[in-house]
Amino acid sequence: MNDQKQQSDSKSPDVKKPDVKKPDVIKPDTKKKKNDSPVPIVQVTSSPHLSDTSFTTQRMMIDVLIALLPVIGMSIYVFKIYAVKQLLICLVSCLAAEVVFVKMRGKSLSITDCSAAITGLILGLSLPGPAPWYVGFIASFVAIGIGKVIYGGLGMNLFNPAMVGRAFVMIAFAGSMAASGYLDQASAVDAITQATPLDTFKQAGEVTPLFDLFVGLTNGSLGEVSAIACIIGGLYLCIRRTASWEIPAGIIASVVVLGLITDMVTASSGWNVLHHIFSGALLFGAFYIATDPVTSPLTPKGKFIFGVGAGAIIMLLRIFSGYPEGVMFAVLLMNALTPLINRWTIPTPFGAIKKAA
Amino acid sequence: MGLKIEGFEGSGTFEKGVHPPGRKNFSTDIPIEVIPTPKKVVLPMSQHIGAPCASQVKAKQEVTFGEVIGKAKAFVSAPIHSPINGKVLKAANVTLPNGRRVPAIPIKAEGDQLEGKALMDEIFGGDWSKDCAGKYDPKAISDAINDAGIVGLGGAAFPTHVKIMPNEDKPIDALLINGCECEPYLTPDYRMMIEFPEAIIAGSLLAGHAVGAKKIVIGIEDNKPKAVESMEKAAAGTGIKIARLKTKYPQGSEKHLIMSVMKRKVPPGGLPIEVGAAVSNVGTVAAIAGAVLKKKPLTHRVVCVTGAGINNPKNLLVPMGISYGELIDFCGGLTKDAARIISGGPMMGFAFADLSTPVTKGASGVTILTNKDVKKADETACVRCGRCVDVCPLDLVPSKLAVGSRNSNLDVVQKYNIMACLECGCCSYTCPASLPIVQLIRMGKAMVAASAKK
Repeated sequence: MNDQKQQSDSKSPDVKKPDVKKPDVIKPDTKKKKNDSPVPIVQVTSSPHLSDTSFTTQRMMIDVLIALLPVIGMSIYVFKIYAVKQLLICLVSCLAAEVVFVKMRGKSLSITDCSAAITGLILGLSLPGPAPWYVGFIASFVAIGIGKVIYGGLGMNLFNPAMVGRAFVMIAFAGSMAASGYLDQASAVDAITQATPLDTFKQAGEVTPLFDLFVGLTNGSLGEVSAIACIIGGLYLCIRRTASWEIPAGIIASVVVLGLITDMVTASSGWNVLHHIFSGALLFGAFYIATDPVTSPLTPKGKFIFGVGAGAIIMLLRIFSGYPEGVMFAVLLMNALTPLINRWTIPTPFGAIKKAA
Repeated sequence: MGLKIEGFEGSGTFEKGVHPPGRKNFSTDIPIEVIPTPKKVVLPMSQHIGAPCASQVKAKQEVTFGEVIGKAKAFVSAPIHSPINGKVLKAANVTLPNGRRVPAIPIKAEGDQLEGKALMDEIFGGDWSKDCAGKYDPKAISDAINDAGIVGLGGAAFPTHVKIMPNEDKPIDALLINGCECEPYLTPDYRMMIEFPEAIIAGSLLAGHAVGAKKIVIGIEDNKPKAVESMEKAAAGTGIKIARLKTKYPQGSEKHLIMSVMKRKVPPGGLPIEVGAAVSNVGTVAAIAGAVLKKKPLTHRVVCVTGAGINNPKNLLVPMGISYGELIDFCGGLTKDAARIISGGPMMGFAFADLSTPVTKGASGVTILTNKDVKKADETACVRCGRCVDVCPLDLVPSKLAVGSRNSNLDVVQKYNIMACLECGCCSYTCPASLPIVQLIRMGKAMVAASAKK
């Protein structure tokens, strides 16, 4: 946009004659950008003149896809065809929705930035395996349409698109998304025949063994079952600095603190802090959903506050609400608070004296 | 790691910043060479920060090497001297690489000129006394600097006598000599430290005496061990300390140098003197030595002509007012894939296209990049990844400033302290979405400045 070709000014021939002032005449000049003249063409732009090309937005998105691999692998291992079907539906629907909505806005296609694919996969991974096809389909269109494109596309959305889609179907198709939606007694896949660990505990007070939660041999949303898979992928994201470690750290820290307090004040139920961390969508949410940079604060301090807030809401919902799980609502609520957190955490410039609050 | 210099608390580095490729190899080992006297020089009357000079000469007037051409009319200003013997031509206007259009005095070379080694000896040669600083009155040193028209040769071109002068109210704990040269490509300061360390030491002692500095430290990045060695040898017995600093951009920024060495933070909009420091560049102090000990005005400077876009990269001693085109020709001309000509380094330098543009006092070099070097991914949407926040050495939120500037939102940019920005370019360098953050911030700053005038 800011490149001025040195020679472009001097060269628009015959401009004075009104007849030839068609764009066709000027075209050959602008096309001469391809440098095959013996004279180098010099550009004038604003500094800096170097850029770190090793890390682009697209590379960041690909990092997320790589980090999702262990989670996807584990979900396919545990849920077999259920996972494959659900993930494919969401992936294809999200890509289709992106194409449709972006066309409607008259913008150029943005599928190559991979963000729609990520939304699709995360959405699919947050749904129960047995949910009917139209749940994933509708959730995808809501996610992309209302969750993202309506705000102006990538980078402009206030809420995490996948969570917007999931929240919509959670209310619209309460049956398919409630605890019973995860169950299919007649299924050939083992995991699907048991109730989810959080639900079993909420309804019957039964505690699932930690090891099962850690490895992921339980029922649940596709991506959330295996704690170890989430940790592996999440650590990759944090090491690559594609995800900010402050957010998962904040979430886990606040869940640990609140979990310990709960342990102390209530009679021992066998469900302790570690159960809270390894069960449900906590780790999946902490590493993959809450870390969406678009919908989380900008500064490290803000990110930590965001994480702590999300962790606190998760614990609040898990302990006091009728829902067994609260990651989705926690992320959406904290998304809404993000602009406010950004405003609270404007950093003090180098050397400036901190302004009184 | 600490600096291990007594009385200094700095750790040798600062927080944040980036590590751009150094690429100093083009010209780093090439000794400084004297460019033949050009047929003509064009001396802009504003080569520094502050009030422009008033011309002291008329057309057709004969001038000699070192004669005053432009006289400073204000305190923050610096006179301009003729670098050649010749005849004044008709005054004209020239556009400097930073886009400012300023009046200039062209001088046509006539008669005998100092050339080659004789010129080099005239400027940097001879004995540089290390124990005469005490003989001079501090005020006299400052006056000599002022008369010689010395400005910061590191790039900012701030009149040096304003910084290097005695003051009673605010004691200067340390004079820091900036030999970091953290900009990629550039090598003139490095060559100065290798070839003329005595001049730098003599100038440092004089400047230190003038400001009443208790200590003098020369800061050099740790990727320049030869420069450290050379300076340590020259500094032996003078009490001047050499600080090895971490190689990181922008280590050579005044504020970050002070942070690295003294662990003190200069407030936004403030001057180093507020935290008891004074900073000067190695090239500048060498010029101070010449001005005080040899009464030589600032007529020439060392520049590098470097980058993959030039056929024979060189370090050159050039007269002020010579055109960039002559430097490029002397270095074998541009390569076929040259794509950008920059006055200064690639991080903060100004790209320009007119090769008749004259070299000014603040020009540390000309970097010529190729299409490959300047290749940049297409701009994509900001996903608020916060990498710019992670690298901003001034603790700002560049993405917010960029968006605020783009939307002409005065409230946002002021709330996020846009005026504290140094335009070092770390944010744009890092941005995964290739946003022109610095350019947008410049727009925003102009917007704030315009609104303040109203």
